[in-house]
Amino acid sequence: MDNFTVGVVVFPGSNCDRDVSWALEGCLDIRTKYLWHESSDLSDVDAIVLPGGFSYGDYLRCGAIARFSPLINALDEFVKSGKRVLGICNGFQILTESGFLPGALVANKNLNFICDDVELDIVSSKGGWFNNVDEKQTIKLPIAHGEGRYHCDSDTLKKLVDNELIALRYKNNPNGSSFDIAGITNEKGNVLGLMPHPERACDETIGGTDGLFTLKSLILK
Amino acid sequence: MDQFAVKVFVRLRPSVLDPAGEATKSASIKLGAKGIKSLRIGKMIEVKIEGNGENEVREKIDLLCDRLFANTVIEDYEYSLEKL
Repeated sequence: MDNFTVGVVVFPGSNCDRDVSWALEGCLDIRTKYLWHESSDLSDVDAIVLPGGFSYGDYLRCGAIARFSPLINALDEFVKSGKRVLGICNGFQILTESGFLPGALVANKNLNFICDDVELDIVSSKGGWFNNVDEKQTIKLPIAHGEGRYHCDSDTLKKLVDNELIALRYKNNPNGSSFDIAGITNEKGNVLGLMPHPERACDETIGGTDGLFTLKSLILK
Repeated sequence: MDQFAVKVFVRLRPSVLDPAGEATKSASIKLGAKGIKSLRIGKMIEVKIEGNGENEVREKIDLLCDRLFANTVIEDYEYSLEKL
């Protein structure tokens, strides 16, 4: 595991890239490397995080422009090879816009930008993203988004439920998401997108450590 | 080469809640406007584009609408086209 490296993608407008890197390096001793969005060489990273922020100023729709970056074009092969990709907040929006995950994220029902800690139920263990030694089924993570309302049609929702692709559900739905969805995986389980920020919950001094095991699971095979 | 002016309208699908539209509807009623039954907000994109005839330009605009201007999971689009 010594050389395992997590690529943290930097788009113009990303603002959680350094937090993710700090959490991985400082709290988990996992090596990271920043990947500029114009790079398409993913050969020396073993997993990828698409961090939160406002890529390309959220122009047109959140994640819509990022989808056309060289890095996202190269991501298809990376995902197909089974390597792990974690999309947090804006990263989740990019994963839905680019078709790696189904559905879309739209403006919160109450139009507020919500910055809060939320309680979440771990629904599926697919991909092992939320396995933890304490076997917690409910965790607390911070959210910070204006456009985090997960939306999909009823056929897609049925598919998500039937195939156990719903990873996390809000206990008290803050934004109007369909079926209280806060995070989903792809069918293989190697891609996770979620609106909450695990990297902001990696140290007791800043409010909790429930994000640690999700970041740590990036090194799972 | 012919040049066309295209107006693309992107709307949230009827099944998708439009909270910004609801808030604007509420403000419209506060302004004193009566009889508003529904108010939804979309986007209009103006494009000037050239190509060999209308069919070729329509193909380009269809691709742009489908892949970029609209997210068809949540939005519908339509456009009008005028030869310049």
